[in-house]
Amino acid sequence: MKKMDKTFKSNCITYGMVIAAYIIVQIMVGTGNISSLMKGLLVPVCVYIVMAVSLNLVVGISGELSLGHAGFMCVGAFSSAFFSKCVQEALPNSGFRFFLAIVLGAAVAAVFGLLIGIPVLRLKGDYLAIVTLAFGEIIKNVINVFYIGKDSTGFHFSMKDQFSMGMEPTGTVILNGPQGITGTPKDASFTVGVILILITLFVVLNLINSRDGRAIKSIRDNRIAAESVGINITKYKLMAFTVSAALAGAAGALYAHNLATLQGKKFDYNMSIMALVFVVLGGIGNIRGSVIAAVVLTLLPELLRGLSDYRMLIYAIVLIVMMLFNWAPKALEWRERYLSRFFRKQEKEGK
Amino acid sequence: MSSFVSYLINGISLGSVYAIIALGYTMVYGIAKMLNFAHGDVIMVGGYAALTMMTVSGAHPLVAILVAVLVCTTLGITIERVAYRPLRGAASPLAVLITAIGVSYLLQNLALLIFGANTKSFQSVVTIPAVKLADGAINITGETIVTIVACIVIMLGLTTFIKKTKAGQAMLAVSEDKGAAQLMGINVNGTIALTFAIGSALAAIAGVLLCSAYPSLTPYTGAMPGIKAFVAAVFGGIGSITGAMIGGILLGVIEILGKAYISSQMADAIVFAVLIIVLLVKPTGLLGKQIQEKV
Amino acid sequence: MAVMLDVKNLGISFGGLRAVNEFDLTIEKGQLYGLIGPNGAGKTTVFNLLTGVYKPTEGIVKLDGENITGKSTIEINKAGIARTFQNIRLFKAMSVLDNVKVGLHNEHKYSTLSGIFRTPSYRRVEKEMNEKAMELLKVFDLDGQADYLASNLPYGKQRKLEIARALATDPKLLLLDEPAAGMNPNETQELMNTIHFVRDHFDMTVLLIEHDMKLVSGICEKLTVLNFGEVLCQGDTAEVLSNPQVITAYLGE
Repeated sequence: MKKMDKTFKSNCITYGMVIAAYIIVQIMVGTGNISSLMKGLLVPVCVYIVMAVSLNLVVGISGELSLGHAGFMCVGAFSSAFFSKCVQEALPNSGFRFFLAIVLGAAVAAVFGLLIGIPVLRLKGDYLAIVTLAFGEIIKNVINVFYIGKDSTGFHFSMKDQFSMGMEPTGTVILNGPQGITGTPKDASFTVGVILILITLFVVLNLINSRDGRAIKSIRDNRIAAESVGINITKYKLMAFTVSAALAGAAGALYAHNLATLQGKKFDYNMSIMALVFVVLGGIGNIRGSVIAAVVLTLLPELLRGLSDYRMLIYAIVLIVMMLFNWAPKALEWRERYLSRFFRKQEKEGK
Repeated sequence: MSSFVSYLINGISLGSVYAIIALGYTMVYGIAKMLNFAHGDVIMVGGYAALTMMTVSGAHPLVAILVAVLVCTTLGITIERVAYRPLRGAASPLAVLITAIGVSYLLQNLALLIFGANTKSFQSVVTIPAVKLADGAINITGETIVTIVACIVIMLGLTTFIKKTKAGQAMLAVSEDKGAAQLMGINVNGTIALTFAIGSALAAIAGVLLCSAYPSLTPYTGAMPGIKAFVAAVFGGIGSITGAMIGGILLGVIEILGKAYISSQMADAIVFAVLIIVLLVKPTGLLGKQIQEKV
Repeated sequence: MAVMLDVKNLGISFGGLRAVNEFDLTIEKGQLYGLIGPNGAGKTTVFNLLTGVYKPTEGIVKLDGENITGKSTIEINKAGIARTFQNIRLFKAMSVLDNVKVGLHNEHKYSTLSGIFRTPSYRRVEKEMNEKAMELLKVFDLDGQADYLASNLPYGKQRKLEIARALATDPKLLLLDEPAAGMNPNETQELMNTIHFVRDHFDMTVLLIEHDMKLVSGICEKLTVLNFGEVLCQGDTAEVLSNPQVITAYLGE
């Protein structure tokens, strides 16, 4: 039907955009037209896109404010890095190993999402926000005091320091408290990142436009009405939260396998907030917008590098101005009056 | 035993600072229904303002505090006017939250440009001598005494202000129902601006007290206390002044005792865990009102 | 005639306030039944009790012979009661079509994975749902606006969409909470025709709350009058409306 065609077309544009960007970047890399700084940002951009899209599932589609998304990313990052370090010798095929690591990271994060979601999703609005923030901080804190090592007798564990594990001197420390995990195999690449983005988009876009997605959106729009037509509120809120957590876990796995050192302190609430900024700036509930916002806002500080000290200041100002421009009722009115004249014609043709 | 009492007193002192910040959070939330993420950074600005007054112009600590309060009040009103007020009535409440995050980044980076990333050591504004109890086993610093007294005075003052003055009553009315308050002839924008002014003034005082007790100042000094105060406000039941007070003090005590007896690295995790437990048992905080949606 | 809804001695208190007391109601299959009474009489509270929004303090509710007392809203909807709301509650940011498809949620199923991987069962069930939803929208003359956002519909059509969504859950009993509120006389007349059509076409039993006496006397076969949470009078519409007690309750002494 007509409407189906419209969503289908819109989804194709989103996928096409990602693939086109991938091809352009590959050509640029091939011809050497890319700075090493930009090259270093390719995988992080993929990570942030997956973070933003998955968070949008909770914030935009399910309508719940979560400030703990980094917690799930953290869980995915550490569990996958731990796995890769343990099986590094047993599984020399890096592609297969990384695939397993990502699946594991997503699965562990999903379990956390489910366990945290069950009690937490009873709360509403800002209370939910603060509790998710609290969970994110707890996860980060707890990982910071874990020490896990491995020797010929098996795994050793401590919450005090690496020497309390009682390992043989030949044993290796895998997780070293605040120092985290070092020497994770660097399996991540831009190609894997783009594949992960496409998978994320596939899962999220298809979920949104399915029976379950409609149920999730109906709860967002009117919980009481949704209940009155027999929608199981807890089930669908939890579904959105868990799927989102799993994807954040996969993003974390990608992130972990791109870094020489993985530390818990990277996953504080600022990381969650950054993902939230992408979501809101790209348009709440607008998946393609999340992708674009994540790319623009990740590259913006780098593009502003010439301004050295002023770049983060300008970033902050740009953020505020963009928010005012996109959301303030007066600004929208102004845009409607002056800009729509220019765009109305094009929009009609576009649609 | 005496060490426990010392920890407890330290906890109450830190908690008093959280409480003063949380009061600002809770008032702003009650009235503007927004989480002002930049509130913590106003604390930092207050700290720098006082420090600059004392080191550059050699002002008396009291003058420095006064200047810090003035600077932060102006800052609070400006932020509200420029960044938040245009977003009132926006389609999503998240818009103003993200803008607040932008303001937070802005303040941090401005401070970074002006004062640099290096930690500045803060000279305490308190000149009261420490009190020794139980033959010197318990040492209560002047900062602790001043902080706790300041906290009590502020809370009493604020409660009286809201109960007895016209402006305070207007605040209550606006927090209850903006539309109805407007119809009753209350200047809603003015009342919200006043709330931001008071909240920011309190943040300035909290900033000076915090830096006096923990004498180091960086552009990021305000961020974590800001988050903790937010937790305290939610803990006590956001929108409630007494709740913010109780929440703040409990939080401080839990944090210090957790650090002393369980694990210093886990102290924050313990604070957050207690918050989660409280909210799961009482979803709107200790003193929060339960609002049921009418069908 | 078989009994569709059987309510005995239903009651609820909020704190010390007795909102509904000793409420009895029997509705036969296929009946158009009206629940009337002054503002604050407890009519919507009765709806909330019947649909599980509130749990009754005492009493028994039977739907088509099945005891549904104290069940959750979701279970009660599955058992066969659907409703509309006094203050319209649509899924505002969703299309008109999707609003109805949410109503079809429990009748037409496929798994989450089918939805993500777009399996043949996804295609088949979605097609069924679209057809069914369009059919329902046609009844309410909304098929032309299937793509609109629900919030962009005019008021009268929003009320109709709520009824369509409720019907999508395939109920045995339809509860309408002030369906004509805010409608002009033409729209009300049209609504009356639609309710008649729904009853005949879907073989539906309808219980409605309404203040518009033209609608009540025009379509309701039986009435219950509620006053201060208690039944004031029950019976055939004409009888009830001429009852002096009822007139007093409405117009005052």
